[in-house]
Amino acid sequence: MSEADAARPRIAIVDYGAGNLVSIEQALTSVGADVTMGRDAEALRDADALVVPGVGAAAPAMARLERRGLVDPIRDWIERDQPFLGICLGLQLLFDGSDEDGATTLGVLPGRTSRLEDAPTLPHIGWNQVVRTRDHPLFEGIADGADLYFVHSFAGVPADGTEDVVLARTEHGRPFVSAVARGRLLGVQFHPERSGTDGLRLLANFVGLVRAGGPAPAGVGGAAGMVA
Amino acid sequence: MLRRRVIPCLDVADGRVVKGTRFVDLVDEGDPPELAERYAREGADELVFLDISAAPERRATLLDIVERTARRAFIPLTVGGGVRTVEEMRDVLRAGADKVSLNTAAVADPTLISRCAARFGSQAVVVAIDARRWRGGSDDAAGADLAAIWEVVVKGGREATELEAVAWAERAAELGAGELLVTSIDRDGTGTGFDTDLLRVITSRVSVPVIASGGAAGPEDFVAAVRDGGADAVLAASIFHRRIHSIASVKAAMATAGLPIRLVPEIAA
Repeated sequence: MSEADAARPRIAIVDYGAGNLVSIEQALTSVGADVTMGRDAEALRDADALVVPGVGAAAPAMARLERRGLVDPIRDWIERDQPFLGICLGLQLLFDGSDEDGATTLGVLPGRTSRLEDAPTLPHIGWNQVVRTRDHPLFEGIADGADLYFVHSFAGVPADGTEDVVLARTEHGRPFVSAVARGRLLGVQFHPERSGTDGLRLLANFVGLVRAGGPAPAGVGGAAGMVA
Repeated sequence: MLRRRVIPCLDVADGRVVKGTRFVDLVDEGDPPELAERYAREGADELVFLDISAAPERRATLLDIVERTARRAFIPLTVGGGVRTVEEMRDVLRAGADKVSLNTAAVADPTLISRCAARFGSQAVVVAIDARRWRGGSDDAAGADLAAIWEVVVKGGREATELEAVAWAERAAELGAGELLVTSIDRDGTGTGFDTDLLRVITSRVSVPVIASGGAAGPEDFVAAVRDGGADAVLAASIFHRRIHSIASVKAAMATAGLPIRLVPEIAA
């Protein structure tokens, strides 16, 4: 990454035709990223980081990613531990599959996406407290238990023995996983682009991590880089 | 714990925020994105734009203000008013809205709800229900036919339907609405408080979140909509626009009543 790039890292938003992308594009731009829309594998090539947004159901989302030839490039990207942020459905797709419609998803995190249990209302819509299970630079400057904005009915459930990916939990009926981190792979169930100043802070932290870490060389995995 | 939301509603006509008794005597109140940003700063949890334009070029104007708003106010935005097709909903979402509220068009063709939900997910589909007590209907909230005492009205409250409002609420949720925006036309603009009977019947019968609307005069009405009506969110227009009450004072009253709300940094500090 050149010095000019380092000042304004290139972040590709994976665009697979899912709803409102204006908010995330504008939010990332406002915190110092050079944002492009990644509609095909070619568009991801020059990026320093990927952001996969999205709302709705898993099966149609996977179908659209397949159609645009984006599934394998995203898997490769994550396997090489390059900076990645999944938002809402973009986090859920990281797991093996979804109970919502039986879809097979990216499978880079062991576990499944399941309906929120014992929820008093569904969908879970609104501001709710995000409580961390450990410190992470993604949440720097954001109070533990801060209110962030959610819109979903399902959430990722890491497989037994892989709970160490969990970064934060939130309660709606029962606690569910609201943020994960494994190396440079990050995911949040809430919408930082719709969560006011704390949400923008989180995105600024992400951009800062991309700037500091840069893409890892191929084959480097594990927890190195982003948390350093 | 999930917070109860406070949502200012902005009536938008031909690219400007207007106020007045709904649909008549409109007064220009300013630029929608600018007002949206102000409300976001003051602690609004979400925003609703209700498009009441009549001009033929309304669509392009609406999309422009939605996009400009999405670029300035980083809180969720719902757009309602005149969305009739899946394609129109797609355009509004692409412009930067998070949800679209369907009203008259959904009553005319309920499959619009399921088609929009299948395409964009339930979380993006709000069904707005304008409810009115039957003419001559009982006001006795303890009556046996409690659920049958409200009817759905459409076209901004001007046209009655044969639909029972509570049954329609249940149907809309079954068809895939992710949220219901329930407005009491009897109370709307009167400042006599929300119809908590109506809210309570609906919230006890659906599991989707319900937004209360119509009749807010003061902070105590917001408390009642949640505590007595079971509403998940409360919407108001004129009391905020006219600065009769601030979002902060409404939230302070809700917090005092023990309701979970999101304090914005400026207020919490």
